[in-house]
Amino acid sequence: MTSWLDALIQGVLLGGLYALFAAGLSLIFGVMRLVNLAHGDLIVLAAFVILVVAEKLGLDPFAAALLALPVLFAAGFALQYVLLNRTLGRDLLPPLLVTFGLSIIIQNGLLQLFSADSQRLRSGAIETASIALGGGIAIGVVPLLTLLGAVLVIVILNLIFYRTRLGRAFRATSDDLDVAQLMGIDIRGVFATAMGVAFTVIAISALYLGLRANFDPTSGPARLLYAFEAVIIGGLGSFWGTLAGGIVLGLAQTIGARIDPEWQILSGHLAFLVVLVLRPRGLFPRAQD
Amino acid sequence: MALLETRNLRAFYGDFQALHGIDTRLDAGETIAIIGANGAGKSTYLKAIAGLIQGSADSVVFDGRPIGAQPAAAVMKLGIALVPEGRRLFPSLTIEENLLVGGDNRRMPGPWSLQRVYALFPILKDRRSAATPTLSGGQQQMAAIGRALMSNPRLLLCDEISLGLAPIIIADIYAALPRIKAEGTSVVLVEQDIAQAMKVADRVYCFQEGRLSLTGCPRELTREQIHRAYFGA
Repeated sequence: MTSWLDALIQGVLLGGLYALFAAGLSLIFGVMRLVNLAHGDLIVLAAFVILVVAEKLGLDPFAAALLALPVLFAAGFALQYVLLNRTLGRDLLPPLLVTFGLSIIIQNGLLQLFSADSQRLRSGAIETASIALGGGIAIGVVPLLTLLGAVLVIVILNLIFYRTRLGRAFRATSDDLDVAQLMGIDIRGVFATAMGVAFTVIAISALYLGLRANFDPTSGPARLLYAFEAVIIGGLGSFWGTLAGGIVLGLAQTIGARIDPEWQILSGHLAFLVVLVLRPRGLFPRAQD
Repeated sequence: MALLETRNLRAFYGDFQALHGIDTRLDAGETIAIIGANGAGKSTYLKAIAGLIQGSADSVVFDGRPIGAQPAAAVMKLGIALVPEGRRLFPSLTIEENLLVGGDNRRMPGPWSLQRVYALFPILKDRRSAATPTLSGGQQQMAAIGRALMSNPRLLLCDEISLGLAPIIIADIYAALPRIKAEGTSVVLVEQDIAQAMKVADRVYCFQEGRLSLTGCPRELTREQIHRAYFGA
């Protein structure tokens, strides 16, 4: 019994990480209908950026991530403005191909620079710290911070989207490109800003990815897959749906692993397939599509 | 000086030429109506002015400035607002957000504000938090006009604002036009409802297959002239 309760708690906490992966992907798709196949590799790239900043400056990864945030925002803005904006149009294929190419470039670039060795972000005692809940159940501090981080990211994204002028422009642009321009919205700038915001979410995902697990230059595609599954399980209706999607995926993986450790990843995929069959538009679909 | 002039305005969709050299003129404070059958090029004419279709710079001159090659966002900031055909409100935004987004990028002092738009169309105030798709067609049309007014435009372009609406609703919407004109806003109306257009316009241009077929003051034109210009001889 305790073991199952523990699996549930750990599953929800793992879901926080997947929700972070998914929030960035969902934001990019939501604003500009861009399926970013390099999303997982960008998370890994950001983890290496945090690693380098932490090692070179002798900083804790949390401080390094904070330093990296504005740099990554600028990088995202520039990537969208200079490269990805050129690929957007009526046809969905060019952005897919370009982000797929970007994924390969990032993986091979990281292999060149850092070799295929596994890396990890080191943050001292906090990595292994845990809070005992009694009954033999304990919550790791880093997994708890991950979930809280995901909730905070989603609260902030919701504030941006529903309480600011920028968020109005995001939603208007997503609804109708032509009319958005008639409202004087500079859609290239709006897209670039959205990618910048997505990159800050990517940086936060990368921080927790690196604190929780080993990563290497080829870790990206699996992260992309989890992000996709979480977004689709949650539906495209809201960022809270994305959190729910991440938690469903995390729960399925953790419970699967309790049954048999080899089933961890498979269970996640099965849960994804079950949701696709029963609720093809996800748990919290958009009101209008 | 004319507020808006089109000079030999041409527009293309791929190989298809939709406008074959249209010359029109609108003085400040005037209202002109563009009439014509389906496919005559009326909407294309508005899109070319608003910057959704770009052509040669001097084919559209606004307040002495050539704007024919400018993109829509830049044209809007100069003071031209388009009420697009079919309303095209943003479905993910509430009614009030739709109005606000209209003024977000052109913060000009002027007669129009959220309060003034609500005074013009009181029903919008009651429905301001409603999801856009839940509004009736007439209410959506009012919101689309309000959204365009929020940028305090000097020129308002209206594309088929009576389309698909009941006559009593059309009368309501047309009742707002004199109040908009009274604030000094010039208006270009594209209409299939000729009777409505004739009532408010200072001048009428009739298009036929992308060419001007008739120009004149509504009072001076005969039914027969209009019929011939509309449908061809």
